[in-house]
Amino acid sequence: MEHYISLFIKAVFVENMALAFFLGMCTFLALSKKVETAIGLGIAVVVVLAITVPLNNLLYQNLLVDGALEWAGLPGVDLSFLGLLSYIGVIAACVQILEMTLDKYVPSLYNALGVFLPLITVNCAILGASLFMVERDYNFSESLVYGVGAGVGWALAIAALAGIREKLKYSDVPAGLRGLGITFITVGLMSLGFMSFSGVQL
Amino acid sequence: MSNVKEVLFGPILANNPIALQILGICSALAVTSSLSVSLVMSIALTLVTGFSSFFIAIIRNHIPNSIRIIVQMIIIASLVIVVDQVLKAFAFEISKQLSVFVGLIITNCIVMGRAEAFAMKNGPVMSFLDGVGNGLGYSVMLIIVAVFRELLGAGKLFGVEIFTTIQNGGWYQPNGLMLLPPSAFFVIGLVIWALRAYKKDQVEAPEFKIAANSRSQEGV
Repeated sequence: MEHYISLFIKAVFVENMALAFFLGMCTFLALSKKVETAIGLGIAVVVVLAITVPLNNLLYQNLLVDGALEWAGLPGVDLSFLGLLSYIGVIAACVQILEMTLDKYVPSLYNALGVFLPLITVNCAILGASLFMVERDYNFSESLVYGVGAGVGWALAIAALAGIREKLKYSDVPAGLRGLGITFITVGLMSLGFMSFSGVQL
Repeated sequence: MSNVKEVLFGPILANNPIALQILGICSALAVTSSLSVSLVMSIALTLVTGFSSFFIAIIRNHIPNSIRIIVQMIIIASLVIVVDQVLKAFAFEISKQLSVFVGLIITNCIVMGRAEAFAMKNGPVMSFLDGVGNGLGYSVMLIIVAVFRELLGAGKLFGVEIFTTIQNGGWYQPNGLMLLPPSAFFVIGLVIWALRAYKKDQVEAPEFKIAANSRSQEGV
Protein backbone atom coordinates (compact mmCIF):
# COMPACT_ATOMS: atom_id res chain seq x y z
CA MET A 1 0.00 0.00 0.00
CA GLU A 2 2.75 2.42 0.97
CA HIS A 3 4.41 1.73 -2.33
CA TYR A 4 1.29 2.88 -4.21
CA ILE A 5 0.85 6.00 -2.10
CA SER A 6 4.43 7.03 -2.70
CA LEU A 7 4.03 6.33 -6.42
CA PHE A 8 0.90 8.51 -6.46
CA ILE A 9 2.53 11.41 -4.61
CA LYS A 10 5.56 11.15 -6.85
CA ALA A 11 3.43 11.24 -9.99
CA VAL A 12 1.44 14.26 -8.77
CA PHE A 13 4.17 16.48 -7.35
CA VAL A 14 7.73 15.35 -7.98
CA GLU A 15 7.30 14.17 -11.55
CA ASN A 16 4.54 16.56 -12.51
CA MET A 17 3.63 15.90 -16.14
CA ALA A 18 3.31 19.54 -17.12
CA LEU A 19 5.95 21.25 -15.02
CA ALA A 20 8.75 18.68 -14.87
CA PHE A 21 8.37 16.86 -18.19
CA PHE A 22 6.66 19.59 -20.24
CA LEU A 23 3.98 17.24 -21.49
CA GLY A 24 0.68 18.50 -22.80
CA MET A 25 2.11 22.01 -23.06
CA CYS A 26 0.16 23.06 -26.14
CA THR A 27 -3.24 22.66 -24.50
CA PHE A 28 -1.73 23.73 -21.17
CA LEU A 29 -0.86 27.16 -22.56
CA ALA A 30 -3.73 27.55 -25.00
CA LEU A 31 -6.63 26.69 -22.67
CA SER A 32 -5.52 28.14 -19.35
CA LYS A 33 -7.16 31.55 -19.60
CA LYS A 34 -10.18 30.69 -17.44
CA VAL A 35 -10.24 28.59 -14.26
CA GLU A 36 -13.53 26.97 -15.26
CA THR A 37 -12.28 25.68 -18.62
CA ALA A 38 -9.02 24.60 -17.04
CA ILE A 39 -10.77 22.48 -14.42
CA GLY A 40 -13.04 20.88 -17.05
CA LEU A 41 -10.05 19.97 -19.17
CA GLY A 42 -8.16 18.75 -16.12
CA ILE A 43 -10.95 16.34 -15.14
CA ALA A 44 -11.16 15.04 -18.71
CA VAL A 45 -7.41 14.36 -18.67
CA VAL A 46 -7.64 12.49 -15.33
CA VAL A 47 -10.45 10.29 -16.67
CA VAL A 48 -8.74 9.50 -19.96
CA LEU A 49 -5.38 8.79 -18.31
CA ALA A 50 -6.98 6.51 -15.70
CA ILE A 51 -8.47 4.44 -18.53
CA THR A 52 -5.76 4.42 -21.19
CA VAL A 53 -2.61 3.82 -19.12
CA PRO A 54 -3.81 0.51 -17.57
CA LEU A 55 -5.30 -0.53 -20.91
CA ASN A 56 -2.04 0.09 -22.72
CA ASN A 57 -0.28 -1.77 -19.93
CA LEU A 58 -2.44 -4.85 -20.60
CA LEU A 59 -1.81 -4.52 -24.32
CA TYR A 60 1.94 -4.22 -23.80
CA GLN A 61 2.25 -7.08 -21.31
CA ASN A 62 0.05 -9.52 -23.21
CA LEU A 63 0.70 -8.78 -26.87
CA LEU A 64 3.72 -6.64 -27.56
CA VAL A 65 6.57 -7.40 -25.18
CA ASP A 66 9.27 -9.86 -26.21
CA GLY A 67 7.94 -13.41 -25.83
CA ALA A 68 4.41 -12.34 -24.88
CA LEU A 69 2.85 -14.20 -27.78
CA GLU A 70 3.92 -17.56 -26.42
CA TRP A 71 0.29 -18.59 -25.80
CA ALA A 72 -0.35 -18.23 -29.52
CA GLY A 73 2.54 -20.56 -30.36
CA LEU A 74 4.90 -17.72 -31.31
CA PRO A 75 7.53 -17.68 -28.52
CA GLY A 76 10.25 -15.71 -30.31
CA VAL A 77 8.13 -12.83 -31.58
CA ASP A 78 8.91 -9.30 -30.35
CA LEU A 79 6.31 -6.78 -31.46
CA SER A 80 7.42 -3.93 -29.21
CA PHE A 81 8.31 -1.79 -32.24
CA LEU A 82 4.57 -1.58 -32.96
CA GLY A 83 4.08 0.04 -29.54
CA LEU A 84 3.72 3.66 -30.68
CA LEU A 85 1.13 2.80 -33.29
CA SER A 86 -0.95 0.64 -30.94
CA TYR A 87 -0.88 3.08 -28.01
CA ILE A 88 -2.10 5.97 -30.09
CA GLY A 89 -4.75 3.70 -31.62
CA VAL A 90 -5.99 2.69 -28.16
CA ILE A 91 -6.04 6.30 -27.01
CA ALA A 92 -7.94 7.53 -30.06
CA ALA A 93 -10.45 4.69 -29.79
CA CYS A 94 -10.94 5.18 -26.03
CA VAL A 95 -11.56 8.87 -26.38
CA GLN A 96 -14.09 8.23 -29.14
CA ILE A 97 -15.91 5.55 -27.11
CA LEU A 98 -15.88 7.70 -23.98
CA GLU A 99 -17.34 10.59 -25.94
CA MET A 100 -20.17 8.46 -27.33
CA THR A 101 -20.95 6.82 -23.98
CA LEU A 102 -21.06 10.15 -22.18
CA ASP A 103 -23.26 11.61 -24.90
CA LYS A 104 -25.75 8.75 -24.52
CA TYR A 105 -25.86 8.19 -20.75
CA VAL A 106 -24.54 11.28 -18.97
CA PRO A 107 -25.43 14.24 -21.18
CA SER A 108 -24.72 16.80 -18.44
CA LEU A 109 -21.12 15.60 -18.09
CA TYR A 110 -20.86 15.40 -21.87
CA ASN A 111 -21.85 19.03 -22.17
CA ALA A 112 -19.18 19.99 -19.67
CA LEU A 113 -16.36 17.86 -21.08
CA GLY A 114 -17.51 17.35 -24.67
CA VAL A 115 -15.44 20.05 -26.33
CA PHE A 116 -12.24 18.93 -24.65
CA LEU A 117 -12.39 15.23 -25.40
CA PRO A 118 -11.30 15.36 -29.07
CA LEU A 119 -8.44 17.67 -28.10
CA ILE A 120 -7.18 15.09 -25.64
CA THR A 121 -6.27 12.56 -28.33
CA VAL A 122 -3.43 14.80 -29.44
CA ASN A 123 -2.42 15.81 -25.93
CA CYS A 124 1.15 14.62 -25.41
CA ALA A 125 0.52 14.01 -21.70
CA ILE A 126 -1.72 11.06 -22.52
CA LEU A 127 0.68 9.31 -24.89
CA GLY A 128 3.61 10.37 -22.71
CA ALA A 129 2.15 8.66 -19.64
CA SER A 130 1.76 5.41 -21.60
CA LEU A 131 5.33 5.63 -22.85
CA PHE A 132 6.69 6.32 -19.36
CA MET A 133 4.68 3.35 -18.10
CA VAL A 134 6.42 1.12 -20.65
CA GLU A 135 9.85 2.62 -20.05
CA ARG A 136 9.61 2.13 -16.28
CA ASP A 137 8.11 -1.34 -16.57
CA TYR A 138 5.09 -0.80 -14.30
CA ASN A 139 2.73 -3.69 -13.64
CA PHE A 140 -1.04 -3.38 -13.97
CA SER A 141 -1.92 -1.94 -10.55
CA GLU A 142 1.09 0.38 -10.59
CA SER A 143 0.08 1.69 -13.99
CA LEU A 144 -3.44 2.40 -12.74
CA VAL A 145 -2.08 4.42 -9.82
CA TYR A 146 0.43 6.16 -12.07
CA GLY A 147 -2.25 7.04 -14.64
CA VAL A 148 -4.51 8.66 -12.04
CA GLY A 149 -1.58 10.42 -10.35
CA ALA A 150 -0.21 11.84 -13.58
CA GLY A 151 -3.67 13.11 -14.48
CA VAL A 152 -4.24 14.74 -11.10
CA GLY A 153 -0.84 16.41 -11.29
CA TRP A 154 -1.58 17.82 -14.71
CA ALA A 155 -5.04 19.02 -13.66
CA LEU A 156 -3.55 20.69 -10.58
CA ALA A 157 -0.96 22.51 -12.66
CA ILE A 158 -3.39 23.81 -15.28
CA ALA A 159 -5.91 24.95 -12.65
CA ALA A 160 -3.17 26.82 -10.78
CA LEU A 161 -1.87 28.46 -13.95
CA ALA A 162 -5.38 29.52 -14.95
CA GLY A 163 -5.84 31.11 -11.53
CA ILE A 164 -2.64 33.10 -11.97
CA ARG A 165 -3.51 34.14 -15.51
CA GLU A 166 -6.94 35.42 -14.49
CA LYS A 167 -5.23 37.90 -12.19
CA LEU A 168 -2.34 38.52 -14.53
CA LYS A 169 -4.50 40.14 -17.17
CA TYR A 170 -4.88 43.23 -14.97
CA SER A 171 -1.16 43.80 -14.77
CA ASP A 172 0.87 46.06 -17.00
CA VAL A 173 3.18 43.75 -18.94
CA PRO A 174 5.81 45.07 -21.41
CA ALA A 175 4.38 44.98 -24.94
CA GLY A 176 6.58 42.22 -26.36
CA LEU A 177 6.00 39.88 -23.43
CA ARG A 178 2.24 40.28 -23.44
CA GLY A 179 0.28 37.04 -23.80
CA LEU A 180 2.50 34.08 -24.60
CA GLY A 181 5.80 35.47 -23.34
CA ILE A 182 4.70 36.29 -19.82
CA THR A 183 2.83 32.99 -19.62
CA PHE A 184 6.07 31.15 -20.29
CA ILE A 185 7.84 33.07 -17.55
CA THR A 186 4.96 32.41 -15.13
CA VAL A 187 5.06 28.69 -15.90
CA GLY A 188 8.81 28.77 -15.35
CA LEU A 189 8.31 30.22 -11.89
CA MET A 190 5.63 27.62 -11.11
CA SER A 191 7.97 24.89 -12.28
CA LEU A 192 10.64 26.31 -9.96
CA GLY A 193 8.12 26.05 -7.12
CA PHE A 194 7.26 22.45 -7.97
CA MET A 195 10.96 21.58 -8.01
CA SER A 196 11.01 22.09 -4.26
CA PHE A 197 9.04 18.83 -4.01
CA SER A 198 11.89 16.94 -5.59
CA GLY A 199 13.61 16.46 -2.23
CA VAL A 200 10.57 14.74 -0.73
CA GLN A 201 11.43 11.20 0.29
CA LEU A 202 8.62 8.79 0.99
CA MET B 1 8.99 31.15 -57.17
CA SER B 2 8.49 33.73 -54.44
CA ASN B 3 5.66 31.53 -53.24
CA VAL B 4 8.09 28.67 -52.65
CA LYS B 5 10.34 30.96 -50.67
CA GLU B 6 7.45 32.15 -48.56
CA VAL B 7 6.25 28.63 -47.82
CA LEU B 8 9.73 27.40 -46.96
CA PHE B 9 11.16 30.32 -44.99
CA GLY B 10 8.01 32.09 -43.72
CA PRO B 11 7.67 29.86 -40.65
CA ILE B 12 11.18 30.67 -39.45
CA LEU B 13 10.65 34.28 -38.37
CA ALA B 14 7.37 35.67 -39.63
CA ASN B 15 5.13 32.80 -38.55
CA ASN B 16 7.18 30.70 -36.17
CA PRO B 17 5.21 27.63 -35.02
CA ILE B 18 6.53 27.82 -31.45
CA ALA B 19 6.61 31.55 -30.83
CA LEU B 20 3.37 32.50 -32.55
CA GLN B 21 1.12 29.51 -33.06
CA ILE B 22 1.82 27.78 -29.67
CA LEU B 23 2.46 24.47 -31.42
CA GLY B 24 4.91 21.72 -30.54
CA ILE B 25 6.16 23.24 -27.33
CA CYS B 26 6.36 20.06 -25.24
CA SER B 27 9.38 18.53 -26.88
CA ALA B 28 10.95 21.92 -27.54
CA LEU B 29 11.35 22.42 -23.82
CA ALA B 30 12.31 18.94 -22.77
CA VAL B 31 15.21 18.10 -25.06
CA THR B 32 17.02 21.43 -25.09
CA SER B 33 19.45 20.89 -22.23
CA SER B 34 22.07 19.66 -24.69
CA LEU B 35 22.77 20.93 -28.20
CA SER B 36 23.52 17.62 -29.92
CA VAL B 37 20.29 16.07 -28.63
CA SER B 38 18.25 19.05 -29.82
CA LEU B 39 19.91 18.89 -33.23
CA VAL B 40 18.94 15.23 -33.62
CA MET B 41 15.41 16.02 -32.44
CA SER B 42 15.16 18.91 -34.96
CA ILE B 43 16.27 16.74 -37.85
CA ALA B 44 13.85 13.98 -36.83
CA LEU B 45 10.93 16.36 -36.54
CA THR B 46 11.70 18.17 -39.81
CA LEU B 47 11.83 14.87 -41.69
CA VAL B 48 8.63 13.57 -40.13
CA THR B 49 6.73 16.81 -40.77
CA GLY B 50 7.97 17.02 -44.37
CA PHE B 51 7.22 13.44 -45.31
CA SER B 52 3.92 13.14 -43.46
CA SER B 53 2.67 16.28 -45.24
CA PHE B 54 3.92 14.80 -48.53
CA PHE B 55 2.14 11.46 -48.11
CA ILE B 56 -1.04 12.99 -46.75
CA ALA B 57 -1.12 15.43 -49.68
CA ILE B 58 -0.80 12.53 -52.14
CA ILE B 59 -3.85 10.71 -50.78
CA ARG B 60 -5.80 13.80 -49.66
CA ASN B 61 -8.55 13.30 -52.26
CA HIS B 62 -9.16 9.71 -51.23
CA ILE B 63 -9.48 10.18 -47.45
CA PRO B 64 -13.11 10.21 -46.22
CA ASN B 65 -13.59 13.32 -44.14
CA SER B 66 -14.95 11.57 -41.05
CA ILE B 67 -11.89 9.38 -40.46
CA ARG B 68 -9.19 11.76 -41.66
CA ILE B 69 -7.67 12.25 -38.19
CA ILE B 70 -7.09 8.51 -37.75
CA VAL B 71 -5.59 8.23 -41.25
CA GLN B 72 -3.23 11.14 -40.60
CA MET B 73 -2.33 9.69 -37.24
CA ILE B 74 -1.41 6.32 -38.76
CA ILE B 75 0.80 7.89 -41.43
CA ILE B 76 2.56 10.01 -38.81
CA ALA B 77 2.93 7.12 -36.36
CA SER B 78 4.46 4.87 -39.04
CA LEU B 79 7.02 7.55 -39.95
CA VAL B 80 7.88 8.08 -36.29
CA ILE B 81 8.41 4.34 -35.81
CA VAL B 82 10.88 4.41 -38.73
CA VAL B 83 12.74 7.37 -37.19
CA ASP B 84 12.75 5.70 -33.77
CA GLN B 85 14.18 2.45 -35.12
CA VAL B 86 16.84 4.28 -37.16
CA LEU B 87 17.91 6.26 -34.09
CA LYS B 88 18.07 3.13 -31.96
CA ALA B 89 20.24 1.45 -34.59
CA PHE B 90 22.69 4.25 -35.39
CA ALA B 91 22.63 6.70 -32.48
CA PHE B 92 21.77 4.62 -29.45
CA GLU B 93 23.22 7.02 -26.86
CA ILE B 94 21.20 9.96 -28.15
CA SER B 95 18.06 7.87 -28.49
CA LYS B 96 18.42 6.96 -24.79
CA GLN B 97 18.65 10.64 -23.87
CA LEU B 98 15.61 11.49 -25.97
CA SER B 99 13.73 8.65 -24.20
CA VAL B 100 10.01 9.07 -24.82
CA PHE B 101 10.27 12.28 -26.77
CA VAL B 102 10.87 10.63 -30.15
CA GLY B 103 7.61 8.77 -29.68
CA LEU B 104 5.93 12.01 -28.73
CA ILE B 105 6.59 13.45 -32.19
CA ILE B 106 3.32 11.65 -33.04
CA THR B 107 1.35 13.99 -30.84
CA ASN B 108 3.48 17.01 -31.68
CA CYS B 109 0.92 19.57 -32.75
CA ILE B 110 3.15 20.93 -35.52
CA VAL B 111 2.93 17.68 -37.49
CA MET B 112 -0.83 17.32 -37.03
CA GLY B 113 -1.42 21.03 -37.52
CA ARG B 114 0.39 21.21 -40.84
CA ALA B 115 -1.26 18.02 -42.09
CA GLU B 116 -4.68 19.42 -41.25
CA ALA B 117 -4.15 23.04 -42.26
CA PHE B 118 -1.94 22.75 -45.34
CA ALA B 119 -1.47 19.23 -46.69
CA MET B 120 -5.21 18.53 -46.97
CA LYS B 121 -5.58 21.47 -49.37
CA ASN B 122 -2.36 21.59 -51.40
CA GLY B 123 -0.29 19.43 -53.74
CA PRO B 124 2.43 17.05 -52.53
CA VAL B 125 5.47 19.17 -53.43
CA MET B 126 4.19 22.36 -51.80
CA SER B 127 3.07 20.38 -48.76
CA PHE B 128 6.50 18.83 -48.44
CA LEU B 129 8.11 22.28 -48.54
CA ASP B 130 5.60 23.62 -46.01
CA GLY B 131 6.35 20.72 -43.70
CA VAL B 132 10.10 21.23 -44.00
CA GLY B 133 9.68 24.99 -43.48
CA ASN B 134 7.73 24.52 -40.27
CA GLY B 135 10.24 21.92 -39.16
CA LEU B 136 12.98 24.50 -39.72
CA GLY B 137 11.07 27.13 -37.74
CA TYR B 138 10.88 24.65 -34.87
CA SER B 139 14.56 23.72 -35.27
CA VAL B 140 15.75 27.34 -35.16
CA MET B 141 13.89 27.93 -31.91
CA LEU B 142 15.16 24.66 -30.42
CA ILE B 143 18.77 25.38 -31.33
CA ILE B 144 18.68 28.94 -29.94
CA VAL B 145 17.30 27.66 -26.63
CA ALA B 146 19.77 24.77 -26.52
CA VAL B 147 22.76 27.06 -27.18
CA PHE B 148 21.82 29.25 -24.22
CA ARG B 149 21.10 26.33 -21.91
CA GLU B 150 24.15 24.25 -22.67
CA LEU B 151 26.59 27.17 -22.86
CA LEU B 152 25.46 28.80 -19.63
CA GLY B 153 24.60 25.57 -17.84
CA ALA B 154 27.73 23.57 -18.55
CA GLY B 155 30.08 25.93 -20.40
CA LYS B 156 30.00 23.59 -23.40
CA LEU B 157 28.63 23.39 -26.94
CA PHE B 158 28.19 19.95 -28.54
CA GLY B 159 30.06 18.64 -25.47
CA VAL B 160 33.17 20.70 -26.36
CA GLU B 161 34.26 23.10 -23.66
CA ILE B 162 33.86 26.77 -24.65
CA PHE B 163 34.05 28.47 -21.26
CA THR B 164 36.61 26.71 -19.08
CA THR B 165 34.79 25.88 -15.86
CA ILE B 166 36.16 26.38 -12.36
CA GLN B 167 36.42 22.63 -11.82
CA ASN B 168 38.87 22.47 -14.72
CA GLY B 169 40.92 25.42 -13.46
CA GLY B 170 39.14 28.06 -15.55
CA TRP B 171 37.03 31.07 -14.66
CA TYR B 172 33.46 30.09 -15.48
CA GLN B 173 31.11 29.10 -12.68
CA PRO B 174 28.45 26.94 -14.41
CA ASN B 175 24.87 27.98 -13.75
CA GLY B 176 23.18 24.72 -12.79
CA LEU B 177 19.70 26.25 -13.04
CA MET B 178 20.07 26.42 -16.83
CA LEU B 179 20.09 22.64 -17.02
CA LEU B 180 16.88 22.30 -14.98
CA PRO B 181 13.35 22.42 -16.42
CA PRO B 182 12.35 25.98 -15.33
CA SER B 183 15.10 27.66 -17.33
CA ALA B 184 13.64 26.28 -20.57
CA PHE B 185 10.49 28.29 -19.90
CA PHE B 186 12.44 31.44 -19.07
CA VAL B 187 14.65 31.20 -22.16
CA ILE B 188 11.70 30.63 -24.52
CA GLY B 189 9.79 33.49 -22.89
CA LEU B 190 12.75 35.82 -23.39
CA VAL B 191 13.32 34.65 -26.98
CA ILE B 192 9.67 35.41 -27.71
CA TRP B 193 10.17 38.86 -26.21
CA ALA B 194 13.21 39.46 -28.43
CA LEU B 195 11.37 38.21 -31.52
CA ARG B 196 8.38 40.45 -30.83
CA ALA B 197 10.56 43.46 -30.18
CA TYR B 198 11.93 42.91 -33.70
CA LYS B 199 8.61 42.02 -35.37
CA LYS B 200 6.17 44.47 -33.80
CA ASP B 201 3.12 43.06 -35.61
CA GLN B 202 3.27 39.88 -33.49
CA VAL B 203 2.61 41.72 -30.23
CA GLU B 204 -0.69 40.60 -28.71
CA ALA B 205 -3.39 43.12 -27.91
CA PRO B 206 -3.84 43.71 -24.17
CA GLU B 207 -6.96 42.09 -22.69
CA PHE B 208 -7.43 44.76 -20.11
CA LYS B 209 -6.32 48.35 -20.27
CA ILE B 210 -5.22 50.05 -17.10
CA ALA B 211 -6.84 53.46 -16.82
CA ALA B 212 -4.59 56.43 -16.33
CA ASN B 213 -4.50 57.71 -12.78
CA SER B 214 -7.26 60.30 -12.90
CA ARG B 215 -6.91 61.41 -9.32
CA SER B 216 -3.24 62.19 -9.28
CA GLN B 217 -3.88 65.41 -7.36
CA GLU B 218 -4.99 63.49 -4.28
CA GLY B 219 -1.96 61.33 -4.48
CA VAL B 220 0.41 64.22 -4.11
